[in-house]
Amino acid sequence: MSTETLTKSTIVELSAIPEGSAVAAAVDGRSNIMALSQSTEDAVLKPLETGAWSHDIRAALAARIAALNGETALADRYCALIEDASIADLADPLRSGKAQGLEKTCDFMDKVAVQTRDVDAADIKALQDAGVSDADIVRLCEINAFMAYQVRVLAGIRLMKEGRA
Amino acid sequence: MSDVIRKFTRSVPDWRPRVEPIKLEDATPEQLEALQVTPSNTKISAYVLTLAHDVETLKVRSPLFNGIMYDKGGLSREERELGALAASMVNHCIYCAAVHASRHAQIAKDTSVTDELFAKGTKADLSPRNRAIFDFAHALSQTPSEASPEQMSALRAAGLDDAEILDLILSSALFGWANRLMHVLGDPVRKGSEQ
Repeated sequence: MSTETLTKSTIVELSAIPEGSAVAAAVDGRSNIMALSQSTEDAVLKPLETGAWSHDIRAALAARIAALNGETALADRYCALIEDASIADLADPLRSGKAQGLEKTCDFMDKVAVQTRDVDAADIKALQDAGVSDADIVRLCEINAFMAYQVRVLAGIRLMKEGRA
Repeated sequence: MSDVIRKFTRSVPDWRPRVEPIKLEDATPEQLEALQVTPSNTKISAYVLTLAHDVETLKVRSPLFNGIMYDKGGLSREERELGALAASMVNHCIYCAAVHASRHAQIAKDTSVTDELFAKGTKADLSPRNRAIFDFAHALSQTPSEASPEQMSALRAAGLDDAEILDLILSSALFGWANRLMHVLGDPVRKGSEQ
């Protein structure tokens, strides 16, 4: 993990909202939500208790989900946090995760991110059968769930800004 | 698994985890704190006990959730529930859809909007304002987001100001999150069939 700390608000920084605009005023009005969103990012990406998922693996999976959502700048930001080169290609949705022994994990993360409605009990069972503990399954879901939120807040604010241009 | 509910309903089901929740008696002090267990509050849902496996996230997630859904100003509570419901319909999260459709009906004192949505989905007959809200939230909930500049313009044309639009983005995005926990980690089951 890089020593670079996550900045005050990933959402605010990547959104690059013009100062003094109506969108900036709206975001300022929810500054508590922006701060809590950042606290959650920190908890999901850099927890003290990592379980099976190191900070590098978390950053790579977050980048992978950002890429699946077409959020390139966010994917780049998370990729930049990965220190261990052997983990880095997990961030690419075209890679299976086989090289890291994380094929099942990547299959699961991709399905939860993209085909959420189709996830069923068999998907959880597949992870359990692959030896992933229940606590680590919950941790994966939290990474995925947080990313689902973050990419959509970024996409939504971008549309707000464009409509005001 | 015949007790698993597959159709949208406003009757809030039980939720049965697919993984083993933590046991309260084995909880660490940090988990107890995040679960807000007190002598007068020892009834913790299976869902929260499941999320307690990742206590650092659980601790920060609850205030964020409450802020987005209940903080004053901006979008009405009823319309935040509509954003939550649109996401839950996209992700087919029966449990979240039931909770937030029933809250919508309670706050609106009217079941017609959620009846219509559950009966006809995206073809539901809605007021222009509800139409703009539902369509935007539904599109934002796709992967990747399909929300368009036209849908953003429709929100503004329907009278939403920037603070309201931001709240809609937040409430529907929040359910992109919640659905990926609730729908993925457990099954919605008929009341009383849990255990």
